[in-house]
Amino acid sequence: MNSMISFFKSSLGKKYLMAVTGILLFLFLIGHLIGNLQIFGPPELINQYAHFLHSKPLLVWGARLGLLLIVGIHISTAAQLTRENRQARPVAYAVPPVYGSSWQSRYMLVSGLVILAFIVYHLAHFTALLPGINGVGDFRRLETTLPGGEKGRDVYAMVVLGFQVWWVALFYLVAQGLLFVHLGHGLASMFQSLGFRNHVWAPRIAWFARGASTALLIGYAAIPAAIYLRLIGASHAEKAKHQLAVSPAGPRMFSIQTALSPLEADLSAETGKEAAK
Amino acid sequence: MKVTLKVWRQKNRHTPGHFASYQTPQLNPNMSFLEMLDVVNEDLASRGEEPIAFDHDCREGICGTCSLVINGKPHGPHRGVATCQTYLRSFKDGDEIIVEPFRARAFPLVKDLVVDRQAFDRIQHAGGFITVRTGSPPDANAIPVPKESADLAMDAAQCIGCGACVAACKNASAMLFVAAKVSHLGLLPQGQPERYRRVQAMVKQMDAEGFGACTVTGSCEAVCPKEITLDFIARMNRDYGVALLRGAPKKIAGGGA
Repeated sequence: MNSMISFFKSSLGKKYLMAVTGILLFLFLIGHLIGNLQIFGPPELINQYAHFLHSKPLLVWGARLGLLLIVGIHISTAAQLTRENRQARPVAYAVPPVYGSSWQSRYMLVSGLVILAFIVYHLAHFTALLPGINGVGDFRRLETTLPGGEKGRDVYAMVVLGFQVWWVALFYLVAQGLLFVHLGHGLASMFQSLGFRNHVWAPRIAWFARGASTALLIGYAAIPAAIYLRLIGASHAEKAKHQLAVSPAGPRMFSIQTALSPLEADLSAETGKEAAK
Repeated sequence: MKVTLKVWRQKNRHTPGHFASYQTPQLNPNMSFLEMLDVVNEDLASRGEEPIAFDHDCREGICGTCSLVINGKPHGPHRGVATCQTYLRSFKDGDEIIVEPFRARAFPLVKDLVVDRQAFDRIQHAGGFITVRTGSPPDANAIPVPKESADLAMDAAQCIGCGACVAACKNASAMLFVAAKVSHLGLLPQGQPERYRRVQAMVKQMDAEGFGACTVTGSCEAVCPKEITLDFIARMNRDYGVALLRGAPKKIAGGGA
């Protein structure tokens, strides 16, 4: 155990942590993209998928807590490494040495911080469903009848309405661009940090990093781009929009009241259910 | 030819330093960079000024003593060349050349352009050797070494410990140096018995000296006068991971007696 602790306290061990958490986050990105690309199918497809996920709270919460832990380790290790790296050169050069290093590698911290800000917004936008930050209205009101006859969230309408807002689509695209930059360096470097690299594999790894980061960029950016250009879902969204219009909350400006009212409604509904039992 | 030198002057590490500009006397373009500094120093001494302190020894690219960051690049503009083998023909008449010392917390400044690189010696003392005597050169093929391993070990053994990798790295990381030393011995049969203990001890000392970590930017291999590659850092990382998996050696009952 002691050797484990001293391993992960060393500079090399911290790079192992960055690489291992990076690989897990990369795998999550692939899975998340496959799930999201269902938006290009009929509305029932992604709505049923969302319904399936929500019917397995253990799976969903397990994945969420796991991801939180992984992201937490990735960021806290990065913070420690950044601090140590800055301390290692107290006096800067007059001529900044910028040769031999790719620009992606010099902007890992910046791209990482923007991606973090994006994750917070993305969770508030489509997971916590905070109204007032999406520029549309209260996504909790969007309901649909699933093919099985049950009532469920209209995730399809939510995503389409969400990305029809220009600044939301733009922020998502910018974040995807920076994720591409971050992965362009990170995917190649994680092999280096874990020791899987030699003169034979170095060019193959470089191709893999370029290919995988480009594929993820195209996949993820296609969703907000296609929706904003009204290539998919515009008619469905138009039909679903009326559900937002019946909002008693009035103007859709951000305020604590509008942010909290759906939570309160949910709580009272929950307690109502409890009481009924 | 003549150039203008903008040189870092600092009396010692306790007094703040500054850049000073010097117009050189007439120079021969076939002078090495260090010979140019000799000429400038002679000129300064004749005018009663303090000469510029800089490190140098063999002046033929094999001792690793010369340093200098020239126009932002350790060892000057060329690839695979140390400062002592950088010639004035690489610059133009009338150029302004900015000369700085290697900058890293683990390389404290001594004077002007001279820094203390004993941190590298301490890393070597921690494990960069073979404990038993390996004898005088053995008969050829008495100890079989695969040709590929011998070639790679030779590539790593070229490291002259100049510290340019640290000077170039944005994190002042010494990983290229340590990786070269770890790989050089770890690739040869004589280095096997202490292979994993060596990598752990050297990395521990490297961290204790206050060098940064590797961000795989590749600046180190771009400036290395011996063109040691990033692949060796991967090899060190690999050995370090294997050392963790192997764990501490088994305790021997009776203390091994």
